[in-house]
Amino acid sequence: MNEKVIEVHNLVKKFGSFVANDHLNFDVYKGEIFGFLGANGAGKTTAMKILCGLSSPTSGEVKVAGFDIYKETEKVKRNIGYMSQKFSLYEDLTIAENIRFFSGIYGISPKDRKAKQEILLKNLDIESAKDSLVGSLPLGWKQKLAFSVAIFHDPKIVFLDEPTGGVDPITRRKFWDLIYEASDRGITVFVTTHYMDEAEYCNRVSIMNEGRIEALDTTENLKKQYVAKNMDEVFLKIARNTE
Amino acid sequence: MKQFLGFLRKEFLHIFRDPRTMIIIFGIPVVQLMLFGKVISTDIQNAKIAILDQSHDNTTREISSKLLSSGYFVLGQELLPGDNVEDVFRQGKVKMIVTFGPEFEHNLERDGKADVQLLADASDPNTARILTNYASGIINDYVKKEKLQNIQLPDQINVEVRMLYNEGLKSVYMFVPGIMAMILMLISAMMTSISISKEKEMGTMEVLLASPLKPIQIVLGKVTPYLLLSFINALTIILLGVFVFGVPIKGSFLLLMGEAFLFILMALSLGILISTVAPNQMVAMFISLLGLMLPTILLSGFIFPIQNMPLPLRIVSNILPPRWFIVIIRNIMLKGTGIQYIWKETMVLIFMAFTFIALSIKNFKIRLE
Repeated sequence: MNEKVIEVHNLVKKFGSFVANDHLNFDVYKGEIFGFLGANGAGKTTAMKILCGLSSPTSGEVKVAGFDIYKETEKVKRNIGYMSQKFSLYEDLTIAENIRFFSGIYGISPKDRKAKQEILLKNLDIESAKDSLVGSLPLGWKQKLAFSVAIFHDPKIVFLDEPTGGVDPITRRKFWDLIYEASDRGITVFVTTHYMDEAEYCNRVSIMNEGRIEALDTTENLKKQYVAKNMDEVFLKIARNTE
Repeated sequence: MKQFLGFLRKEFLHIFRDPRTMIIIFGIPVVQLMLFGKVISTDIQNAKIAILDQSHDNTTREISSKLLSSGYFVLGQELLPGDNVEDVFRQGKVKMIVTFGPEFEHNLERDGKADVQLLADASDPNTARILTNYASGIINDYVKKEKLQNIQLPDQINVEVRMLYNEGLKSVYMFVPGIMAMILMLISAMMTSISISKEKEMGTMEVLLASPLKPIQIVLGKVTPYLLLSFINALTIILLGVFVFGVPIKGSFLLLMGEAFLFILMALSLGILISTVAPNQMVAMFISLLGLMLPTILLSGFIFPIQNMPLPLRIVSNILPPRWFIVIIRNIMLKGTGIQYIWKETMVLIFMAFTFIALSIKNFKIRLE
């Protein structure tokens, strides 16, 4: 829990004169489940895109998986996984075909791929659907599948952008079981969400508001600090403070 | 009834407040009317012709001036007896050559007849037909009028018409190049743009960009299947044209395929450019259809001759890539020209391809900011 896998120092991101990220400072440790919270428009997605190498910072130092985001973007990408808000798998390809495609990109050999595929299918209990088109699967399955594929190449960190949108609480809970498993394996999980109950599942969370990080601590400490029963209340109190 | 009126009022408000709907309701009919009115006109004005006058006597000069003052023709070139007719047509400077034989007036007075030859470039059969008809009409008109005024001038001036490159005036000769341009644009530009936009819309593009795949690999990966398919299509169209419709390939087959390949590359880069500005598939398709297909069919010289169009439309025609490609293809297939006559058009296509690629890269970089 001591190795830093993400180091962000004075990260600034401007779009013209609009400051989306205003001097962000935080670190994420190996194996953590780190929740990146905030209201819509607070700057979470912008910051996460920078960490994934999808856009460039205006200024500041950023290191992901030990590599500099400016100079070693390629190496960063090889060591991270990404699950976009819209699930990331190709609906008109089968599960097996999707796995094959992403394996190719991340340089997994066919032998390894087949072995890992077996494990993945068994884990998710979808061996029978191996050759079904992803588009034909129920939403909850797609989400779990997308996550599993995102960590297929055993990245150091996996970035999840609002991964549980549109699904009932039970399915969301099951999804988080997968996240726990990944974390147990040593994969750091960086997740953005606006579901405050999911914040409870994280080890540490940061709460962003209008481009700045207003709070960064474990959920326990935050609840004590703001005298709140749950993260929902913490968030409301923070939001009201900054009004 | 009152509820209905309330609803009706709301609907009118929707319509008037949406600029896009207003454009469709009022703008498009006007544009369509102007476009079709001006473009689908089979009237010809100021067609460039050349006159080879081997007599230079009063009659030939009068007929020439009648032709040139009709409004239908302008003098593109004055020909001398030694000039190579094939070259003149290959250069594309004139659409028709009017030839008066030597001692024209003399023959007319002595024998009662003389010959005029009309040589037309029938790689565009419609225009050729119209030009020769007009010219014949003017000449015969002259004969009638003169006959009435001056009884000495005898009967006939024989007008011999020859259609070059397309004796049978087969319209398929005209269509095959145009169809090829259209289909290549469709597959290369439209399909490429839709494919990339789809990836953006589905959200999978982000995943690809966050992966170790380099952007150049993504673009090439998107483009290569359509490159291959388009090339096969181009080949198929040409083969069908040749073996089923008898369209000739008088020029170099290799040059033909080379130019087709160039056009495909240009269309692919255009597809990429469209995808950088279109946020989703629908928009990509919309832009491709309205911005590419429709103008290609109407303004590229595919069906309706460019020189008939008013100046603004001719300018628009010049920025359409198919317009240049059609000239190249027609030249190679029907006139058998080599690269020396079509280098200008080829350069235009190369320039367009580079421009599209440069703009695409610029747009891509901006998005990454």
